[in-house]
Amino acid sequence: MENKTTRNLYTIPYVIWVAFFVIAPILLVLYYSFQDLEGNFSLTNYRNFFTPIYLEMTLSSFWYAFLITLITLLFAYPIAYLLTKLKHKQLWLLLIIVPSWINLLLKAYAFLGIFGTYGMANKFLETIGIGSKQLLFTDFSFVFVSVYIFIPFMILPIFNALDKLNPTYLDAANDLGASRWTTFRRVVFPLTIDGVKAGCQITFIPALSLFMLTRLIAGSQVITLGTAIEQQFLVTQNWGMGSTIAVFLIIFMFIIMFATGTKRRRARG
Amino acid sequence: MKQLIRLAVVIIAVSAILLVTISRLNASQGYSGGNTLTVYNWGDYIDPAVIDEFEKQTGITVVYETFDSNEAMMTKIQQGGTSYDVAVPSEYTIEKMKEEDLLLPIDHSKVPNLKNIDSRFMDLAFDPGNEYSVPYFWGTVGIVYNTKQIDGIEFNSWEDLWNPALKNEIVLIDGAREIVGMGLNSLHYSLNDTDPERLQEAYDKLVSLKPNVRALLGDENKLLMASGEVSIGITWSGDASEIMAENEDLDYVVPEEGSNLWFDNMVIPKTAKNIDAAHEFINFMLDPKIAAQNTEYVSYSTPNKEALQYMPEEMVNDERFYPPPELTDRLEVYENLGKENLAKYNELFLKFKME
Repeated sequence: MENKTTRNLYTIPYVIWVAFFVIAPILLVLYYSFQDLEGNFSLTNYRNFFTPIYLEMTLSSFWYAFLITLITLLFAYPIAYLLTKLKHKQLWLLLIIVPSWINLLLKAYAFLGIFGTYGMANKFLETIGIGSKQLLFTDFSFVFVSVYIFIPFMILPIFNALDKLNPTYLDAANDLGASRWTTFRRVVFPLTIDGVKAGCQITFIPALSLFMLTRLIAGSQVITLGTAIEQQFLVTQNWGMGSTIAVFLIIFMFIIMFATGTKRRRARG
Repeated sequence: MKQLIRLAVVIIAVSAILLVTISRLNASQGYSGGNTLTVYNWGDYIDPAVIDEFEKQTGITVVYETFDSNEAMMTKIQQGGTSYDVAVPSEYTIEKMKEEDLLLPIDHSKVPNLKNIDSRFMDLAFDPGNEYSVPYFWGTVGIVYNTKQIDGIEFNSWEDLWNPALKNEIVLIDGAREIVGMGLNSLHYSLNDTDPERLQEAYDKLVSLKPNVRALLGDENKLLMASGEVSIGITWSGDASEIMAENEDLDYVVPEEGSNLWFDNMVIPKTAKNIDAAHEFINFMLDPKIAAQNTEYVSYSTPNKEALQYMPEEMVNDERFYPPPELTDRLEVYENLGKENLAKYNELFLKFKME
């Protein structure tokens, strides 16, 4: 009996946290999403969301998030793989993670300088004979900086998965005559797929709602769901529409979590 | 069920405790009147020495907080968490705040220095008789350009921006009213127009400008223009004069078709606790010598006629920032168009960005 009371006591902070910072805000967002500009209950916002302008925005938001995730994965997997093979792997891992401790805004401002007309990137292009290009405020720079920002978050789960991989499996594959590519495709990748999924979640979902970079690096010419929400709340003061976009963002997130969710039961059974 | 009730009770109890703590904290920080004055202003928009001077003269402690958009400021005042005594919104926000009953009337007998304000800037449509507001700074929206990089092109009208030679050169303000207004102005329409057809026309016109647009930015643009990274920018006159002080190659022009005339104004929000000190502060800021000192620091245009004599002549005689009445008569002040029309402007602007 006493055991039960103490256990209940321990759950109080968790319950309060969830009630205040998860359930209450989501309910509020839902509530506001059904309000029109005059504060009356209506479905106008949902109808508005299905007009070409918002659908196009959602689509382009998904496209950029997809690109960012894909490129991040293409870089992160080999890096994580390499890291597990190194002698002081924890130290190398730390070095990759350290930049993620620096504030995002600071890094974005740094890129303003690096990609500028007179910045380092253009100096380099000139020295190797390509000549200076306009890098800042292009799709390329937006994807580049986003990938740079997300790479540590992608590397971590993949590194953990690879690190936990039992090396005897590799020996077994080798003994049974599998080529290195077959071993990777049939053994290593399937066994680390959970790490990849976790990394993709951690990248794709925030990438959908990136909003500072869209202005600083893409010059406001890439619009994500996050930018649109910010605009609706702060500029138009149309909280209803902002909330509606947020509701869709939440729905998309759940779908993504569901689709990439790790099926633990099957793995165990 | 029992657990649900228990949960509800816990949530209510914790909310109550938090509320009490907040009010205690506010009280202990001196946010609730007494001998402090809480001023809510745009970032970097006052000479800190002027605040020190005010504190020294009156013995009132000033708590100074800043915001970066009218909307954010208004939201915070609506929520009423902090009791701001003086705030500095732009004119169209004053109309909105009046509608929402967020302002206290200003007692003119307590602000004798009001007589120093140029009559051109008094009694305007957004606040007849200056019942709720006192002008703080004013300015225009126009084109800043780098005379060294843009050789041989004269900027006199908005139309000049559509020059095909300017491919990928222009940086716009990230603001729906400013940019859609620019589109309307370039077609010789009013920048307060809400007619759907004319708005569509302005949108199409703006889309044809897109090849020349490099980016839409906020304050970052000041940095990029000053360093010569960007050669043409659409911006507020105040920002223009600030960056022109850093880079001598820059020039500023208000296009002939017309543009926006804006005002930032001191008001006393409903949340004010120290109303006497608020009046004292407003009166202090209107003192000719103080206004002159503040203007030299902020480098925006002051509406204070008496202050001009204490300022450097080249500043006062600069027609780009102190345009003559003939020009200001052609400019328009933003009217509050209502949420519905503002939403329309924003949707067009969003579409324009995605083009």
